[in-house]
Amino acid sequence: MRITGWKNESSKETEGSAAVFSVGNPVEQSTLTASIEHSVLSARRWVVTMLTLAVASLLVMMASLRFGAEEIGLADSARILLQALRYGDAGTDSSGVIILQVRLPRVLLGFMVGGSLAAVGVGLQALLRNPLADPYVLGISSGAALGAAVAILLGIGTTVLAITTLPLCAFVGGLMAIVIVYRVAASYGRLPIHTLLLAGVILNAIFSALIMFITSIMDPNRSFGMMFWLMGTLAAPSYPAMVALVLYLVVGGSILLWQTQSLNLLTLGEESARSLGVEVETVKKTVFFTSALLTGAVVSVSGMIGFVGMVIPHAVRMVIGADHRLLLPASALVGGTFLVAADTVARTVLAPAEIPVGIVTALGGGPLFIYLLLYRKSGLAL
Amino acid sequence: MRETEGLGNRLAYRVERLRFRYRHDRDRQFGKGNEWALKGLRFEVQSGEVLGVIGPNGSGKTSLLKLLSRVLRPQEGEIYLFGSQLAEMSQDAIARLVALVPQDSRQIFPFTIAETVMMGRFPHHRSRGRLFGFGWEGPEDIRLATQAMKETDVAHLAHRSIDNVSGGERQRAIIARALTQQPQVLLLDEPTAFLDLNHQLEICMILRRLNEKQGLTVVLVSHDLNLASQYCDRLMLLKEGEIFRLGPPEEVIRPDVLAAVYRCEVLVDRHPMSGLPRVTLPARSPVRSHITEQ
Repeated sequence: MRITGWKNESSKETEGSAAVFSVGNPVEQSTLTASIEHSVLSARRWVVTMLTLAVASLLVMMASLRFGAEEIGLADSARILLQALRYGDAGTDSSGVIILQVRLPRVLLGFMVGGSLAAVGVGLQALLRNPLADPYVLGISSGAALGAAVAILLGIGTTVLAITTLPLCAFVGGLMAIVIVYRVAASYGRLPIHTLLLAGVILNAIFSALIMFITSIMDPNRSFGMMFWLMGTLAAPSYPAMVALVLYLVVGGSILLWQTQSLNLLTLGEESARSLGVEVETVKKTVFFTSALLTGAVVSVSGMIGFVGMVIPHAVRMVIGADHRLLLPASALVGGTFLVAADTVARTVLAPAEIPVGIVTALGGGPLFIYLLLYRKSGLAL
Repeated sequence: MRETEGLGNRLAYRVERLRFRYRHDRDRQFGKGNEWALKGLRFEVQSGEVLGVIGPNGSGKTSLLKLLSRVLRPQEGEIYLFGSQLAEMSQDAIARLVALVPQDSRQIFPFTIAETVMMGRFPHHRSRGRLFGFGWEGPEDIRLATQAMKETDVAHLAHRSIDNVSGGERQRAIIARALTQQPQVLLLDEPTAFLDLNHQLEICMILRRLNEKQGLTVVLVSHDLNLASQYCDRLMLLKEGEIFRLGPPEEVIRPDVLAAVYRCEVLVDRHPMSGLPRVTLPARSPVRSHITEQ
């Protein structure tokens, strides 16, 4: 082929060169269309994936109800649940009390906490264009924990309003952390991974120091409870507190889900996203706000549980692809299931004593993450 | 629907007194904060025209493209897109008229090529209110994306992950994404920088075909003076944020003009086929230095 100026060229040559690019016959075209359909997310794949994951989550949660100091069979726990659903209570036998008042709230809480942390991780990773982003690693969880600790110290946390004020204080702390992290990272234009992680490490150090200061001036009985909470625990709160948590999560989760298509485009970078019609500033603020809200709500009840927000989205993305419309809800389901499983380990491995679930997730998730990094040598991130 | 009413307007862009400077903290720290990247540009782009923007590094070419797509906003001056004030339009309304192919399109997340191209449908989805952009792509979207991918020769890569293909393949996918936007104006920043010779030619052919058959307006930034000379109706030569020369290639690609802007001597002759100006860097003296030393 020859290079010719397009203005001075004869029309005959124009047709000739155009013919080179009109690819193939109708048969070929239909197969090509099909191949593209399979390479993008379809409604069918979304429904099938989500249903499969939902069924798997339910199975894991059912299995988790079975484990504990008291041996209660799967059939028994299923019977108790059904009875409770039908009549509103499950009688007074000890198995019913254990399942409904001890294990079920704990499993539900674990599912919500894990799901929220994974969803926040997905949002932060897209926004910061960084597959290592995680509310725990970036110091957002410790910001939220600091907010909650201040609330407890000032006595706001022990009043009747505790249900709503504690998550709110944690939300403010988390938002503060997220804004600082983003300011540090954004001052270099393109977000360098190491700068971001470093900012998180330093924030974590500062917030931890402040939390330890607060713990040290508290009365020893309360400070022990706070230490246990900080290590990450799913010891279930009261049902009213759970309902409040559900409200926070439903609101935050819906807002985040509503932004998923914009999150897809934001991974291209802010300028590209804007050129494709995304109102970048609005989306950014929404995601920051929602992430802080979810993190605050979760941290205020379960303390600092790490690595769920980093490992789960990462692993899910490898399997189902990067489209956030599926990645976000799928990660939430997988994250919830993962934390329920981790908590089952935490309360059975040294039964009747239990270890904080944050330790289990860090010990399980950390090495898994290192393995993922090594396995993908070309590295999403490094 | 103000923006579609203006489509009959023969002017794609009218730019007046455009002044712009970056406001990063980092730049201010180095005392560059007060320097204008663009110093009062005034020009027009005809609908259906191919305008090439050339100039040395740091002359404001990329900034200009970003201003024209409102990725950045100017401090002073006005930009009119098909008669409407760009500053007043919504971001997705702009994206339905203007597509930008940026210089740097690295992606760290494993989106498939097809998913990346399909992102070009985003501004159209928003307008139709499909669940605020959460809705699925329809058969029409898939048809448009397929067509664009065939034109840029990436259809066979549909399932491949964008973080796992060569720079040239990625660049062609990004151009396919821009075509999938179905824009009236295509802005390209160094579109051929990563491409090998045959794909450079292919991209130029595609641009030319879209320009001739669909009346697509093209504004392209290029370091390649020969490519700009061959394929553009008019050239805008920028120097330190100002328009040094704006006109047909014959008036811009001249030894005296280029020497004044680039501060080096070049040879300009005629392309053997098109008769358009062609730039050649001066060769070394034909007598090799090490031979004369001996």
